Formats: sequence, structure tokens, C-alpha cells
Amino acid sequence: MSLDLRVPMGLMFTLVGAILVAFGISTNGSPIYNASLGINANLWWGLVLLVFGLTMLLLGRRSQKRLAALPPEPVDETRSRLGH
Amino acid sequence: MLNLTAVDWLIMVLYFVFVLGIGFALKRYMKTSKDFFQAGRALPAWICGLAFISANLGAQEVIGMGASGAKYGLETAQFYGIGAIPAMVFVGIFMMPFYYGSKARSVPEFLRMRFDEKTRALNACSFAVMTVFSSGISMYAMARLIQALHVFDGLFHALGWNPDGIFTFSIVLSAIIVLAYIFLGGLTSAIYNEVLQFFLIIAGFLPLVLLGLKNIGGWSGLKASVPAQYMHEWHGVAHASTNPMGIEIIGIGMGLGFVLGSGYWCTDFLVIQTAMASKNMESARRVPLIAAVPKIFFPFLVILPGLLAIGLPTPHTKTVERNVNGMIVRDTTIVPKNVEEGRGLVPAKINPVTGKAMLDTNGNPLLDYDLATPNMLLHFFPTGILGLGLTALLASFMSGMAGNVTAFNTVFTYDLYQSYIHKGGSDRHYMAVGRWATVGGILLSIATAYAAINFNNIMDTLQLVFSFVNAPLFATFLLGMFWKRATGHAAFSGLIAGTSAAVIHHGLTLPLLAHPGIHGGWIAVVHHYHSDMAQNFWTAIWAFGVNAVVTVVVSLLTKPRPESELVGLVHSLTPKPPKAHDVWWKSPEALGAAVLLMAVALNIFFY
Repeated sequence: MSLDLRVPMGLMFTLVGAILVAFGISTNGSPIYNASLGINANLWWGLVLLVFGLTMLLLGRRSQKRLAALPPEPVDETRSRLGH
Repeated sequence: MLNLTAVDWLIMVLYFVFVLGIGFALKRYMKTSKDFFQAGRALPAWICGLAFISANLGAQEVIGMGASGAKYGLETAQFYGIGAIPAMVFVGIFMMPFYYGSKARSVPEFLRMRFDEKTRALNACSFAVMTVFSSGISMYAMARLIQALHVFDGLFHALGWNPDGIFTFSIVLSAIIVLAYIFLGGLTSAIYNEVLQFFLIIAGFLPLVLLGLKNIGGWSGLKASVPAQYMHEWHGVAHASTNPMGIEIIGIGMGLGFVLGSGYWCTDFLVIQTAMASKNMESARRVPLIAAVPKIFFPFLVILPGLLAIGLPTPHTKTVERNVNGMIVRDTTIVPKNVEEGRGLVPAKINPVTGKAMLDTNGNPLLDYDLATPNMLLHFFPTGILGLGLTALLASFMSGMAGNVTAFNTVFTYDLYQSYIHKGGSDRHYMAVGRWATVGGILLSIATAYAAINFNNIMDTLQLVFSFVNAPLFATFLLGMFWKRATGHAAFSGLIAGTSAAVIHHGLTLPLLAHPGIHGGWIAVVHHYHSDMAQNFWTAIWAFGVNAVVTVVVSLLTKPRPESELVGLVHSLTPKPPKAHDVWWKSPEALGAAVLLMAVALNIFFY
């Protein structure tokens, strides 16, 4: 088996995005957004990170499933693999 | 005062959990020393490519390029267009076949294969020392920045701890995290985390640039707010006195482009190790080229915040009254004194004794350019995304440290321990040595960070010494890879002569307005440069030139190695790498050409 980096990375950005979106919704209209020119930076940037994180997660999961479905031998030099 | 709330801490803690989690998850794959030091040579090209630039995306890059953007404007983009991109293409197309193909496990080991034992020993020792000091400097800079931004002040106050401990707390925290994930997962872990840090840095800084640009009125607004020469990369470079950096075109092209940029990107094991970890020759050659693509756009991410900081209006403490449902609400924005006395969002340097802004000889405040980018974060980010921005800043410091530490443990174990201290040990033994070398390297870095507190000039001095050691390196590799006649004795004497030339040049020249001493001129002043940057570039050119000449002359006087021993190490004696791809546009050459075209387009845009 291998550890596809996109899975943990996607998970992290999904979580960060979700936290920012939730916080952004709960603070919508608050004066803390005077700093960011009146834009709810948490909500909007949180959405961007959420989409990025989910995309990574999806791609990572799909390639892991594909790898698991393949027969383990022979070792293919062109495929990403950790360990031997 | 920085007000961090629970959501900021949550994001920061989440990041640390993932960083450590990746280390733990990778532990079970670390079975041999090859897994630990070389990531099993099994990683995909895109991961290695992003780690390739992320290893360099440390504090010096994020803070330093922002500072340089505020100080010199877009001329800073020369470090990318001339300094980095062509060198990255060169190392990918022409040099990687020898690094990867020789099966060397490190850059010093390549030098032993191509030249001889003493050249490797010289390079391994100087490199090991430099990596430890660099990671110490990175640690010190991070702890000082955390202090300056008061990141942990609230936490310390809440816990009732003495705020004097913030410096130590920052250093110990970062050391433990970096140590843990490298100890567990070796180079793979460092590379994976560098990729994570790469995306995090973009996630933290891109919204900053967008908000800054919106505030200043877009690109045209930025143009109107800063002096005209700040917006050009190439204007006035024909003569040193007509551009902000004070360097003329030959100094930039030769010094930065040919010597310093190539010297770093083509020979520094810190970045080369990530390419050498990839799964096959095709990937290894593509790694620097993949890295070059985001690198082209990095000026927008790291230089622009500094330039925006100088261009924005200086904020002042003010109170805004609002009417909310009949109630009068007063919002007071308190601006620290050093920011009010600075220029734009770049604060003034405050004399710690008098508490007043320090002035230069013309009565203008001296600006603390290193705080340009961090101050932008504090100015634009509300709590929430502020946590993300600060985490990105911390991540950049850690990725710089981690790259140094993995480079150190590999060079120490393979090139020093296995070669000179204990030959013929078991693979398991060397892996354990590598793990403990990681611990040792980090402890030495901590010692460096503390030494930097007590000796004011230690950072400048170290960086100066690095530049003397690094400047001649590229000539040795270039002659080694492309001239089969170059010999070991020649490479060794060339390196020594090149470094001596750098030292002597520095001792004989001085930037304008500087006093003899650490800035140069400590032998005698025979020439003045317009800026310290110009002096640096010319020091590098002299070191490179002297090394090249000495290597050629000594080579011609010594006995060459038989050609059969040099197959795979020298260009003319090595068969062309096999073409693995039938699609022409996937080949490294096509990718390299595309990258160069994009770099040219960027230079035209910034003209």
C-alpha cells in the first residue's frame, strides 16, 4: 500500500475551509471585517479552500482505489509507490 | 496588540496535528536507509517538484522577498526571472542526468565519483556546517518574528507564564515538531510536509495580495502610489546609479543569473535531494521544471505584499462612530506607534532605549522592511483567516528548517560517518545514525539560534561566510560535468582558490556609505560599489572566475582520469537518456522550453 499525499492534504484543507466557512457565517456583518475592506474574508476564502480540499481528497481517494484494484505484481517503475 | 481567538488557534493546532500525523503515518514505510534518506527513490514528480521550491520557500524567501519588494520594488523580480528560472531549467535538462544517473546518494558523493575523496570531504564538511547554521538562523528569525508580532503573548498571559519565555517556547516548539516528523518519516516526511506547506503558503498569502490590491485600487492604483522606478524590473539597469538596487546589467546577468542563481539551484543538496528522491530519470529531470512553473508566479505572491505595504496610506489611530439602532457605537482602531511613524504599512525601526523612531542622516525614519509582509497580514486579516495567515508564516519557517535538517542528516551519515568514521556497518545501523544525526543537527541549530541573540553580527557574518563558500561551487560542477579533462586535484584547488578570491574581493571593496568591517574593505578599500547587493554579485563573479581559471590550469597540468571511469558522470561520455515517452510535449526538453517562454513573458510584463 502507499500513502497518497492528496488524501491527508485534502482532508486538512477541507477541515480548515469548513472551519472558516462556519466562522464566517456566524460572524457575517461583524465589525471585524472592517480590516478586510468589508469583505467577509473568512466565508469566501473558506469556500475556496473547501473546494480545493474536496477536489484533492477526491483525486487521492480515486487513485488509491485504482491502485488497490490493480494486481500487486509486477512492480511497475512508473507508478508512485512507497516502500517495497 | 494582536487579538487571536479560538478559531485562529484551532487552525494552527489542526495544521500541527496533520504535520505530525503525516510523520506517524509514514513511519511504517521506513524499512531501509534508502527509504529514510532518499524517500525510497519512489515519489511522483509533481510532489518532488513542489517540495523542490518549498524547501527554498523558507523565511528568507517569504519575509526577505517582501522586504526587498518594499525596498527596491519590482526589480526584486530579477531574483526569479534571471536568478532562479533559467537555473532550474538548466539543472533539469542538463545536470539531472548525472546526479540521478550516477546513483550518487548526495551531491558530495557525486563529487567523489567525478573527482576524488578530498573534494568530497571539503564539500561535505562545509555543507554540513552551513545547513546546521542556516536552520539555526531560520529558527532565530522565526522566534524574533513571533515576539515582534506578539503571537503567543495572549496565550502566555492566559496561562500566567512569564512572557520572557516566548523566545524559548517558539524555538523549542518548532524544533520538536520538525524533529518529530523527520525522525519518524525521514526525507519522505520532509517532502510531504513541504508540499503541504507550499499549498498552505499560497492559501495564506494569496488573499492578502488580493485584499491589498483591492484596497490600493488595482494594478493602476499601485502604479500611482509608488515611485515609477519601483514598477519596473529592467528600467535603468544599464547603469548602477539609475536603478533602485544600484547594480548594472552585467552584475545582474553574470552575478545573479550565472553564478549565484545557478550555484544555488544547480548544486545545493538542499533542493537537489528532492529531485533525487523521484521515481525514475524522466521524473527526476522534470522535477526542477515542474518547480519552475509556480516559481514564475511567485513574485506576485511574495514580492507584491511588500510593494503594496509601501504604497498603501499609513494608518493612524482613529475612532469611527456608527449608529446602530439608535445607539452610538465607537470603533477605535489603535495603530502602534512604530507603524504610524513608518511609511505605508512598513513600520519604522524604534530605538529600544529612547522609544523613538530611528532616523537616517537625512532625517527620514529608518524602516523595518522585514515587517512589511507580516504587518500586511495583521492589517488586512480578521480573526479566522488571520490564524491561517500566521500558520502559513510558521509553515514557511519550518519548511526551510526541515530541508536543511534532512540535507544535513544525509550528508552527515553517508559522506562523513560512513566514509570516515565507521565503514561497513549494517543498513539498520546507518538508519539509526541518520535518526540521531537529525537530533544532533537540530540541537546544534538551537545552539546557533541562541548564539545569535548574544552576538549581534553573527547572522550577517554567517551569511557572508556562506556566500564565500558557495560562490565558486557552480564552476566546479560545470567543468566536472561538461569537460572530461577536469581532474580531482584541479577541482580541489579551484574550490580553495575561488573561496579565497571571494574573501579577498570582499576585503578590498566597500558599498557606498558603509564603514569598513563586516561590509567589506577590511584589507584596504580599492573600489566602491553603489550597493551591497552589487558588491555581493561581483564577489560571486570573482569567485566563479578564479575557480574556473584555476581548475582549468591545474587540470591541464595533472594526469586525467581514464575515460572509462567517467561514463555516466561527464556529458560527452554518457549515452543520451532513453526517451521514455512517445508524446513529444511530455519530454523534459519541451517542458523546459515552455517554462523559459513563460519566464520571458513575465520579464516583458514587468519591464
